[in-house]
Amino acid sequence: MFALLWKDLVIELRTKETLASLFLLGTLLLLVLSFAFDPTHPMREQSAPGVLWVAIIFSGTSAINRSLLRERENDCLSGLLLAPIDRGTIFFAKTAVNLILLLTAELFLIPLFIFFFNLPFVSTVVRLAVVAPLATLGFAAIGTLFAAISLRTRAREIMLPLLMLPLATPLFLAAVEITRDLMSGANYAQVSHWFKLIVAFDVVFLVVGWLTFEYAVAE
Amino acid sequence: MRSAAPRPAESSVGSVAGGLPGAWIDESIAARTSLENAIILSNVSRTFGRVRALDAITLAIPRGAATALMGPNGAGKTTLLKLCATLLIPSAGELRVNGSNPVQDGAAVRSHTALLGHDSHLYGDLSAEENLLFTARLHGIPDAREKISDALGRIGLRAVARRSVRTFSRGMQQRCALARVLLQRPALLLLDEPATGLDVAARDILYEIVHELRRDGTTVLVTTHDVGECLAICDSAVILAEGRVAWHGPVSAGDRDVLERRLRSAAAKDS
Repeated sequence: MFALLWKDLVIELRTKETLASLFLLGTLLLLVLSFAFDPTHPMREQSAPGVLWVAIIFSGTSAINRSLLRERENDCLSGLLLAPIDRGTIFFAKTAVNLILLLTAELFLIPLFIFFFNLPFVSTVVRLAVVAPLATLGFAAIGTLFAAISLRTRAREIMLPLLMLPLATPLFLAAVEITRDLMSGANYAQVSHWFKLIVAFDVVFLVVGWLTFEYAVAE
Repeated sequence: MRSAAPRPAESSVGSVAGGLPGAWIDESIAARTSLENAIILSNVSRTFGRVRALDAITLAIPRGAATALMGPNGAGKTTLLKLCATLLIPSAGELRVNGSNPVQDGAAVRSHTALLGHDSHLYGDLSAEENLLFTARLHGIPDAREKISDALGRIGLRAVARRSVRTFSRGMQQRCALARVLLQRPALLLLDEPATGLDVAARDILYEIVHELRRDGTTVLVTTHDVGECLAICDSAVILAEGRVAWHGPVSAGDRDVLERRLRSAAAKDS
């Protein structure tokens, strides 16, 4: 697992392809969507969590796709599948790398989001500190699994969002609901049912991914 | 170091594969022959949708032997190789590789197997040294850096060890992939048209390394269309046609004409 993490992170640090696309696309989405809402409208703060998660979902989907597409060059995927390890380990390593990259991008996007929507910095960061990593873990797990499934399909670039987004809807709904309720002053106990949904989603897709990755990448 | 294996003619497998083509090998025979054979296929079929790439193949490859898989395009050579490498699973039948079932215990099979194919399986953004280090870590190879340096020196890439593989020519990438095989020193070496893209010097190094690995007891299974390559590396050949074994037997340097005739006959049957 360490070797797989090392390889992907070294390549990313060298090329910065995934992080650059995450930052650029995420920033562009935040900027455009923040301009779409009237700054004096009382509903602006209500819609802000949706804008943040839309930016993370769309930039993240493209980044997750990229992390698996990299394995197509020189048929490196077959090289990985020839490794004497359980193929579920490859799923966990890819999920971990995607999680690290998405969280790194969020460290940059969340302050931008706070700036564009003129929100209180410290309290917003504190409120997002738990929900963002938990929801991003589920996103990385389901994204990695479906990116692997779409890897051998003809229209692989569009297959990932088509396959993943309908199934990931409960995760993103929960993330938006928690973010909005916490930013409106609710405490963690009041949103615990949404947290339970996210944790259940994370566990289900980590287990399903681990068990089915071998078949997902099979020819 | 593994002990040298008998030539196919000395092995009992020749009688199984040659005498009973398509025969069923039961569990007790499989258990006994798994000691003598690196690869045992018993009625193995593989289909892709409606296409039957392999059709109830029964075959045994002795430990330490070098066997060429030959036949026309689409005969099932690469499919058979991928089954042995655990990249595919059989649609029907039983397969044993080094005594393990690749479907149930793929990791055990892969720990002793290396595949050198058309694609190098190298990451363009890593250097040659880093690619080999990645392989060494995945395979748990001790003293990796020293062995990587030796392997790169052996195939003439030590001077460019720290250069990104993306800047390598196809021949250099194939050499680097060859260095990976050298690093792994597998019990089973699967070669899928390995000389493609190699210049004469690199091809000589490839043949030299294959012979060296064989002296250590490595079993070699190579797909090739080149009779000269078959005779340079192998001591037996399997000719496939329409996903079935058309012929299986020992080969030697004087068999070029006979082998070419058999290949033409298999190609005619296939078309």
